[in-house]
Amino acid sequence: MDRVPILSLGDVLLVSIQVDLQDESVVALQEDLAERIVDSGATGVVIDISAVEIVDSFIGRMFATIASLSKVLDAETVVVGMRPAVAITLVELGLSLQGVRTALDLQRGLAALRQRRAEREIPLADESDEAVEAPAAARD
Amino acid sequence: MADETQRVYALVRSSEQELLDRWVDVASTALQGRLTRSELERACGDLLAALTPALDVAGLNIRSEAYASARAMLAEMSRDRARRGFSPSETATEVFALKEALFAIADARGDSSETIVAVSRWVDALGLHTFEVFARAREQVITEQAEQLLELTTPVVKLWEGVVAVPLIGTLDSARTQVVMEKLLQTLVDTGSEHAIIDITGVPAVDTEVAQHLLKTVVAARLMGAECTISGIRPQIAQTIVALGIEFGDIPTKATLADALLYALRNSGVEVVRRRRTNAG
Repeated sequence: MDRVPILSLGDVLLVSIQVDLQDESVVALQEDLAERIVDSGATGVVIDISAVEIVDSFIGRMFATIASLSKVLDAETVVVGMRPAVAITLVELGLSLQGVRTALDLQRGLAALRQRRAEREIPLADESDEAVEAPAAARD
Repeated sequence: MADETQRVYALVRSSEQELLDRWVDVASTALQGRLTRSELERACGDLLAALTPALDVAGLNIRSEAYASARAMLAEMSRDRARRGFSPSETATEVFALKEALFAIADARGDSSETIVAVSRWVDALGLHTFEVFARAREQVITEQAEQLLELTTPVVKLWEGVVAVPLIGTLDSARTQVVMEKLLQTLVDTGSEHAIIDITGVPAVDTEVAQHLLKTVVAARLMGAECTISGIRPQIAQTIVALGIEFGDIPTKATLADALLYALRNSGVEVVRRRRTNAG
């Protein structure tokens, strides 16, 4: 069985799927990924599927599973490089992958993660705003 | 049966040149100059040259192996006629003219009625084969044209860096949606565009099926990481959509292509500002 390699890129884990996935390797990937997220404390996961030509419902569900799994471990998942044929197949299978972020290519995927992280930091900024609110109110 | 074959064979072989002449005569009268005489002579001559040995080997059964070249010739002929816009009867007449020519010769030779019946059956079989191929060829022509039309009516245009649009014109069915979907998604990949606009100004009617097709396209584009907007919703279409209870969910819909473009530009961080005239200020 081929194990899908998981690469570490800063605080992002990059999963590049280069082979036709078997069901066992999908299960193994989910296990490996969960472990790696916990070990590395990664905040983002990018799954590059630009080399995947054939998908079935099992693999389609894998994206959703990985996304929710990462979410539980506080990491954002972006699926990048989906081919048109794959997208059409997933739609025909009725899998719209709600809750899974997608991007056209790796670069855009990483940019989306960065942007997401920036957005997520806004609540923190809000909290600090509250801290300085008192003097602001006093000014009024 | 063998006896019958013998008689038909003898009839065909009795005076080949005369048969050919008569055949061409009858056919050219029926076709009224749509084919030149020399063209007909060549077509009929080739066919007769293929039919005679086949008749000798396999008898009247035109489905047999010996008739392969004659059948191919007939098929080629009817395909050619179909493409040139001949009517079905004109094409069939070209073959059935052989019957008339054979009857005339049989009459002159004083052949029995059994021979006439056998000849009739033989030529009918040939004619039917021709007709079948003709119909198939016509269908093929129609399919090809439909495909070409499909290609023609679904252009994907680039409106801005990172924004592409598909102006849909005409009725949407499953086949067309498939083509639109594939083309749009491929363009997204090729141009690296993150925004797609499907403009349905030219779609005469939207029912639940069409809406379903549109939704599928939008979802597929999203799966690839592009945002998709539907624009060009005319008032009547909007009314139909509401009346049918079609839900577009969180898919942005805009009244005009201009609105959709503006929305896409804003989303990608481009702000459109009217330039102030320097001399006015």
